[in-house]
Amino acid sequence: MITVENLSKHFGPKVAVKNLSFELKKGEVLGFLGPNGAGKSTTMRMITGYLPPTAGKITVGKADVVDSPVEAKAKIGYLPENAPLYSELTVQGFLNFIGELRGLSGADRDKAVSRSMDLCHLQGVRHQSVDTLSKGFRHRTCFAQALISDPEVLVMDEPTDGLDPNQKHEVRALIRRMGEEKAIIFSTHILEEVEAACSRAIIISGGEVVANGTPDQLKKKAKGAGQIRFQVAGIPASATKSDLEGLASVSSVDVNLEEENMLRGVVVPKEGQSARASEDIFKYVSSKNGLLQELAVLEGRLDDVFREITETSV
Amino acid sequence: MNSTARHIWTITKKELRSYFSTPLAWVLIVVFLLLSQGFAFMFGGLLEYQNASLAAFFLYIPWIFMVFAPAVGMRLWSEEHRLGTMELLMTMPISPWHAIVGKFLAASVIIFISLLLTFPAWITINWLGDPDNGIVFAGYIAAFLVGITFLAVTGVISALTRSMVVSFIVALFICMGMIMSGWPNIVSELDNWIGGLGQKVSQLSVLTHYNELTKGIVVSTDIIFFLSVIGFCLYLTAVILKTKRA
Repeated sequence: MITVENLSKHFGPKVAVKNLSFELKKGEVLGFLGPNGAGKSTTMRMITGYLPPTAGKITVGKADVVDSPVEAKAKIGYLPENAPLYSELTVQGFLNFIGELRGLSGADRDKAVSRSMDLCHLQGVRHQSVDTLSKGFRHRTCFAQALISDPEVLVMDEPTDGLDPNQKHEVRALIRRMGEEKAIIFSTHILEEVEAACSRAIIISGGEVVANGTPDQLKKKAKGAGQIRFQVAGIPASATKSDLEGLASVSSVDVNLEEENMLRGVVVPKEGQSARASEDIFKYVSSKNGLLQELAVLEGRLDDVFREITETSV
Repeated sequence: MNSTARHIWTITKKELRSYFSTPLAWVLIVVFLLLSQGFAFMFGGLLEYQNASLAAFFLYIPWIFMVFAPAVGMRLWSEEHRLGTMELLMTMPISPWHAIVGKFLAASVIIFISLLLTFPAWITINWLGDPDNGIVFAGYIAAFLVGITFLAVTGVISALTRSMVVSFIVALFICMGMIMSGWPNIVSELDNWIGGLGQKVSQLSVLTHYNELTKGIVVSTDIIFFLSVIGFCLYLTAVILKTKRA
């Protein structure tokens, strides 16, 4: 649905986006992560045709964003950062205006406007002027605007920014639901959002892609991912430690707490042998008639990955 | 309606709604009427003229529009920059030209309504005497052209800045320059300085072409002058909007 090839953007001497390439298919929700100033918004503005790229190519559907902007823009619903709105219009007036610009008229327009107001729970404020709305409602009005034409592609710059926890939850659920039949790309700072809504995530830093994969794949990149936390009782601790270290699948053992008949710590397995190592530990302890009080393969945490990747590359 | 006309009309409609949903347009129109009628009757001595005409009214029009048109047009693009809605507008599946023309038309409608509402003066002179209504009509066309030319100039300036105040003041000064360059005192001063310079410069002045038209001599060159200034300004607006994004 969206193909981005070697995309670059320079603002004078400053390079905002450097040689960015990725692809997004229908049915995918792509989370766009990165520290502030990483080039997320700039990239989204180029995809939506607001900023012309310095180099590279963006295709939406079959339309090239630079060569046939009107065709490309017709396929994209866009929620810009900070949810800009025309303050003098009412919610309905604003949505009608956007609907007409998107080529809807008459009954079709009314139906589309009413549908997007339903999706974003705006029916109660439809006749209210936009500048009297609270931040959450303003945000949802702009969100509704992006959905009016039921576009094949949704591009959203921090869609949950400024919402309360319930609204955030709702927006994520909405994104996940719509993601089944659309191609969605959204940026965020909130990592739990990526796990909650995305089928794939890209981390960019300094205008370049530094990681690209499913949330699970990314989590495995965290330091400590795949390590095994354990607690054993009922067998002598010192012997257990050296025996565990001797297992073929184990590379080392870090002990946190050692008593006479109790050992707690973390096993670092050999590369890619996490499952094997936990099996070996289980078998060893049961062969010695010990009591395995805890055995857990640690998942990486996305914010650890984020911090490690983006800190090293800045 | 084809899609171009429909998009332009959508923009025009929305702009007009914005104008009239705030007091801005109402206040401006009332002030325009007070000023234009006040000047014509008090300083222009409209009623003391021995012949029935609106010459006293048309005399002050360019000067009033010099302030009025920038006040009407200052928000056209500055407001979009300020609210951040430019990003929304420029990612809609329309050509930037639709927005440029649509906004210009909406502001022109304000100028048109303002002039239309001066009809009591026209009724008065027709009641008191027997004016040449052809000349009056030509005067109104000239006035409208000056108004929308100043609007087009204001549009260029407001595309440059997010501050309405800045766009108002800068546009006002440019419009003033476009009048002054045809003002007899300045023209003769320039002629004294370098022979023929004043005459050349005055050919570029709005005032020169306006005066020709209000005499009732509708010459196509004068109309073409106004239309080409407008066309150039709209083009310049498009260029500015594009380079501002790049």
